[in-house]
Amino acid sequence: MLSDATVDVSARRDWMSVLAKAKAPSLLELWRDRPEQRLPWHFIRRPEVGLTMLRGRAGGDGQRFNLGEATVTRCSVEVDRRLMGHAYLLGRDLQHAEAAARLDALLQDPDYQAELLRAVIEPLRHAQAEERALASRKAAATTVDFFTLVRGED
Amino acid sequence: MEATSLLRPGFADPVMHAQETFRMVLDAMSRPGSLHASTVSLEPPRSLHPATAALCLTLLDHETPLWLDPSLESDEVWTFLRFHCGCPLAEERSAAAFAVLDGAPCGLASFAQGTPEYPDTSATLICQVEGLREHGPLILRGPGIRDRASLGLSPFPATFLEEWEGNQARFPRGVDIIWVSGKTIVGLPRTTRLEM
Amino acid sequence: MYVAVKGGERAIENAHKLLAEARRGDPEVPELSLPQIEQQLSLAVDRVMTEGSLHDRELAALALKQARGDMIEAIFLVRAYRTTLPRFGASEPLDTDNMAIRRRVSATYKDLPGGQILGPTFDYTHRLLDFALAEDGVHPEARVADDPLPQSMPRVTGLLDAEGLIESSEVDDSRPVADVTREAESFPADRDARLQALARGDEGFLLAMGYSTQRGFGNTHPFAGEIRMGEVAVEFIPEELGFAIEIGEITVTECEMLNQFKGSDTHAPKFTRGYGLAFGQCERKAMSMALVDRALRARELGEASGAPAQDEEFVLYHSDNVQATGFSEHLKLPHYVDFQSELSILRNLRRDHDTKAARKEAAE
Repeated sequence: MLSDATVDVSARRDWMSVLAKAKAPSLLELWRDRPEQRLPWHFIRRPEVGLTMLRGRAGGDGQRFNLGEATVTRCSVEVDRRLMGHAYLLGRDLQHAEAAARLDALLQDPDYQAELLRAVIEPLRHAQAEERALASRKAAATTVDFFTLVRGED
Repeated sequence: MEATSLLRPGFADPVMHAQETFRMVLDAMSRPGSLHASTVSLEPPRSLHPATAALCLTLLDHETPLWLDPSLESDEVWTFLRFHCGCPLAEERSAAAFAVLDGAPCGLASFAQGTPEYPDTSATLICQVEGLREHGPLILRGPGIRDRASLGLSPFPATFLEEWEGNQARFPRGVDIIWVSGKTIVGLPRTTRLEM
Repeated sequence: MYVAVKGGERAIENAHKLLAEARRGDPEVPELSLPQIEQQLSLAVDRVMTEGSLHDRELAALALKQARGDMIEAIFLVRAYRTTLPRFGASEPLDTDNMAIRRRVSATYKDLPGGQILGPTFDYTHRLLDFALAEDGVHPEARVADDPLPQSMPRVTGLLDAEGLIESSEVDDSRPVADVTREAESFPADRDARLQALARGDEGFLLAMGYSTQRGFGNTHPFAGEIRMGEVAVEFIPEELGFAIEIGEITVTECEMLNQFKGSDTHAPKFTRGYGLAFGQCERKAMSMALVDRALRARELGEASGAPAQDEEFVLYHSDNVQATGFSEHLKLPHYVDFQSELSILRNLRRDHDTKAARKEAAE
């Protein structure tokens, strides 16, 4: 495997998820002036757009089937000649993929990890949670209260 | 171990280089016996010839299980192929869409032969040899060849002619072969007849 | 006889220019932007993604703009674009149990745990044209509840499962998954191939087929057990990592139909299930898909009656609107030579007919 064995897989899955779900402008804004930008790096695989077949399960819990594809952009980089970072994300944003791959590389280094988690990952995670909570609260406002309806009051 | 010391880069320009390589293999298969040189610059893992690596990067993906000759296998090779091609490892010869082999193959029938309805589902064998030259003791006839072509392959075990006859007897099923030596390739599709 | 084949080149080129101008319409009217289409014609975008079988909101919006709003043309454009991209692999199955729900209703249980959440629906609107929308500057605001919905909501099928009154799903992840875009369809088709074909299938066709089962052509007594719409995470395992990572989130609509089943020699009476899943908010599509999925299980459940919606060859061969439009619309392309040969056959037949008639008359 091309990942450093010392990196905790669940921590890495977590930041990769936050990076993939981030809105590209927010991510690029947080990443733009970071000092880690100065570390030398190069592409192992330039940002590349392709497809992933999305699968579902019959009945939500049964046999797998192919639902349809989605565009995906992937990118791999090497930072400082020792850290390899990968990004896979839905959509076709090449800059987003590059930033996510470089951050994935840097986050594997204990010297940068804590600071990048604080300055980049946590703000993105917070924004995502806020957005999700707001959508959920709007949906919650449309919950049917049968008792109220029967009384004909509101 | 540094992760990066394991991974060699793929095509510098994935789209152009894959297209160039595809054109090369298309020409080689349409003109059996003729030599074609890969112009793409690659530094593949040690056991793969440069043209083999170019063919793998062009033809393999996650839907093409690969059979790799045990003598060519190493962590470095698998890391290279898994990263750049995403191809799964075939557990059996018969499950492979492609095979990379060392020398002239034996046991052609053990690879996927395709079906009468879909003869295209047979395996393509990429066989690495020491030398390939345009004129030699092997005589080739068939589609894509005006009258006859000749070819020198080394090393060349005489038993291969028998293997190839067996392959021809299975037509339209049967495997296709791409011979590779360094940067040079020669196509040997199942339609080509061979004699010494 | 290829007389008329050449010479159309300039006409075609000019037709394309005229099309481009007609697409733009009156230049005095502001041009549509892709974000406008994506945001304000979002259900059209969802349908193009679902039937184009490619999740990408921006591409679907572009296709709609280019196709002047013609759905099938837009779906065709998306399908064509898809063929230019390499496929990196397949995702892990979407986990709709963990959907971030924005709509969830059941027609079978009033008081199901988690509640009936109407979400952004046309249901219960009065279908009166709203002339306020004809003016610009409407900024409607949704009501925001104090608390979000519960993290996860049990499925209706789970409630019935506790009583053993519903069929359970069989899961065998060692089996390869059929892909109708890679392998030619063959019959009888397995459920995975059928579901994929239905997911890509034309909404109108599936709606009519589903409707036919309700009207008695292969009655399946359906209930909308549960419909849910919301966001699910997409998980993918890159070869180079070897573990699953989330690569983003998409909106999907899921429908589970429950159907009464009287039982047979081999099966006890119970509820059976039909399933629908679609990109975005495509509720009518997901419901139709679930109805037809269930109807197509007639053979497996020993209840086939020869109704059109139970005939998988008929349904699957005619559900794809890009295929259907290709074959139906090709009739307008030049058939000059075919028609000349038909004409000459007809003239000969007429001549024989007239000769015979004349002979018969002479004989009398």
